[in-house]
Amino acid sequence: MSASTLRIALVGNPNCGKTALFNLLTGGRQKVANYAGVTVERKEGRFTAPSGRVLQILDLPGAYSFDASSPDEQITRDVCAGNYPGEAPPDLIVCVADATNLRLHLRFVLEVKRLGRPVVLALNMMDTARSRGIAIDVPELSRRLGLPVVETVAVKRGGARALIERVDGEVPAAAPVQPDDAASRADLHAQVRELLASTVRMPRATAEIDDALDRWALHPVFGLAILAVVMFLVFQAVYAAGKPMSDLIGDGFGWMGGHVAALMPDGPLRSLVVDGLFGGLGTVLGFLPVILVLFFFILTLEESGYLPRAAFLLDRLMLTVGLTGRSFIPLLSSFACAIPGIMGTRSITDPRDRITTILIAPLMTCSARLPVYALLIGAFIPARKVFGLFNLQGVVLFALYLAGILGAMLVGWVMKHLRRDKSEHALLMELPSYRLPKTRDVAIGLYERGMIFLKRLTGVILGLTVLMWFLSTFPGAPAGATQPAIEYSFAGYIGRALQYVFAPIGFNWQISLALIPAFAARETAVAALATVYLVGGEAEGLGQALAGQIPLASALSLLVWFAYAPQCMSTLAIIKRETDSWRNVAISFGYMFVMAYAASFVVYQVTRALT
Amino acid sequence: MRLSELPKGAPAVVERVDDAHAADPIAQRLRDLGFVDGEPVRVVAVGPMGGDPLLIQIGFTRFALRRAEAARVSVRSEVAA
Ligand SMILES: Nc1nc2c(ncn2[C@@H]2O[C@H](COP(=O)(O)OP(=O)(O)OP(=O)(O)O)[C@@H](O)[C@H]2O)c(=O)[nH]1
Ligand SMILES: [Mg+2]
Repeated sequence: MSASTLRIALVGNPNCGKTALFNLLTGGRQKVANYAGVTVERKEGRFTAPSGRVLQILDLPGAYSFDASSPDEQITRDVCAGNYPGEAPPDLIVCVADATNLRLHLRFVLEVKRLGRPVVLALNMMDTARSRGIAIDVPELSRRLGLPVVETVAVKRGGARALIERVDGEVPAAAPVQPDDAASRADLHAQVRELLASTVRMPRATAEIDDALDRWALHPVFGLAILAVVMFLVFQAVYAAGKPMSDLIGDGFGWMGGHVAALMPDGPLRSLVVDGLFGGLGTVLGFLPVILVLFFFILTLEESGYLPRAAFLLDRLMLTVGLTGRSFIPLLSSFACAIPGIMGTRSITDPRDRITTILIAPLMTCSARLPVYALLIGAFIPARKVFGLFNLQGVVLFALYLAGILGAMLVGWVMKHLRRDKSEHALLMELPSYRLPKTRDVAIGLYERGMIFLKRLTGVILGLTVLMWFLSTFPGAPAGATQPAIEYSFAGYIGRALQYVFAPIGFNWQISLALIPAFAARETAVAALATVYLVGGEAEGLGQALAGQIPLASALSLLVWFAYAPQCMSTLAIIKRETDSWRNVAISFGYMFVMAYAASFVVYQVTRALT
Repeated sequence: MRLSELPKGAPAVVERVDDAHAADPIAQRLRDLGFVDGEPVRVVAVGPMGGDPLLIQIGFTRFALRRAEAARVSVRSEVAA
């Protein structure tokens, strides 16, 4: 690190645009979304200022106060105070404040100033402030605060120019350190009022559009109706828009595999390329559009500001099952992947609420399960219309998501009743302004997700697929074998051993075997099934092969298994990291195994009795 | 009057926040968020189930509070002032 590196920390209230500013400065792609508590860990980036000086920028979780009440706020407090392990205190604090929300944000600015470190105030969201007719006397504000103040628009190119100029110049002198006690805290509020009265003119306390939208979105009847419609439409759209594209890609790979097969000599290698790579990975890749459609909706909802409203509407319901409205957003992110969802729980203040949310987050159907669902639904559920309106396949998909949610509610309810500490839980959640999502941001978000998916595909999923192919191909059938060669392979032996456990819930040895790689990455179940069924098989596509060889009862049982099964290794690892306890990992694995086994058993036995 | 008893839409002013028990972190957080003497407040909306939580406008910000949290805030009616 050169001597002239300046270490700058971005600090401020939640949702004021710190991360947007960080991305603008460093060219980073950290997650920006319209609710409090998006960033939950420290992130580092750097850029070279016009003067040639290297600036190291630290993005921190938002905090309402240094009197931290949740794990993410503690990080910010410790970094600012220089108590964060392995990190020197920042040379300069850029305090970010939302110019449309200064009553709240200026108080924290004053609190930051009392730390006695050099501070620059960035008044962010100046675009919105201007369009709402908010007038701020910046020179006067700067004079009264005794801090340099710059205006920024973190979501516009060049929107941080003034800030860059300021931090590239001389580091401002620090204010004297001031103690923190009850009296001086009350005094901060008085100072804020004075500052507002003399430097800020607000035509209206809130945006008119927010009030108008909230009248509908938070209406006791319409609000819930809107929420239900939004959620249901997302699932129908995922199916209606994603599925045709998936089929196209899947067919394309099948066709390519066929051509490659014609070029290669017969042998085990050909089966690897044709069955494993084109058949298996191609099928998984085919689900990329479905996943992207899902992410399109998640990203749009996250940026719109609607999610905290949904959390508001559902808080009471979630309270009855031992959760909080604050769990809503982490749980919703878990539909993408449980890992960011579990990390997102850091913004939950109450440790009990946080643990419950972490333990049930894997029950939310993550996007990695979507390929498995889509494959089995496509193979076993007829594409009929129900009530002349909905596609039966879409309805089954919705039912599986619902099964996960209901299961989570049940587990939450049980945990609530097992808990000894029954003291009050707090909600205290800020509702942000509505914002129109920008096409560019959504596009970047989708690109990022797409790349993550492709990396998984060419990394862990590819590796496991080759391994599965190896296990299903070797050793070859002995001379005079009467059964298909795969029965004599390693895969055959392992699968049959697993069957002792899984036969009662209707899994044949091939399915049992596919569960193992799925524990590393859910999607691999598809590639693994492709490998075991297509190696040496005659069927055209995987869907057809499955429909021909698995009874309906087993297929339904497998769907239910995936809804509840102990979720992937990475999820268990993140539970260990976030709760620092193997006990929670064991509880999580244990309860999900029991729940999945019981549910699959019932579904299998009932379906078999009926058909 | 308690903030939890305030009718929806009625303008009021905060008097103070009372600790529900000794060193109540929720009460302290409410004070930090701007629930301090003389601050105008209003109940903007109530939750659809059992009228819980409440959506409170304080300063330029809207917060969702459960009734038990709002009950810590003592308010007086604006019209009287
Ligand atoms: N109009 C406008 N919107 C902005 C601006 N800066 C940020 N936003 C939006 O404000 C929201 C919050 O931005 P983030 O960067 O995630 O905020 P943050 O301060 O990092 O939030 P936490 O990580 O939760 O503390 C997002 O919806 C952004 O698109 C701005 O200058 N103008
Ligand atoms: Mg952030």
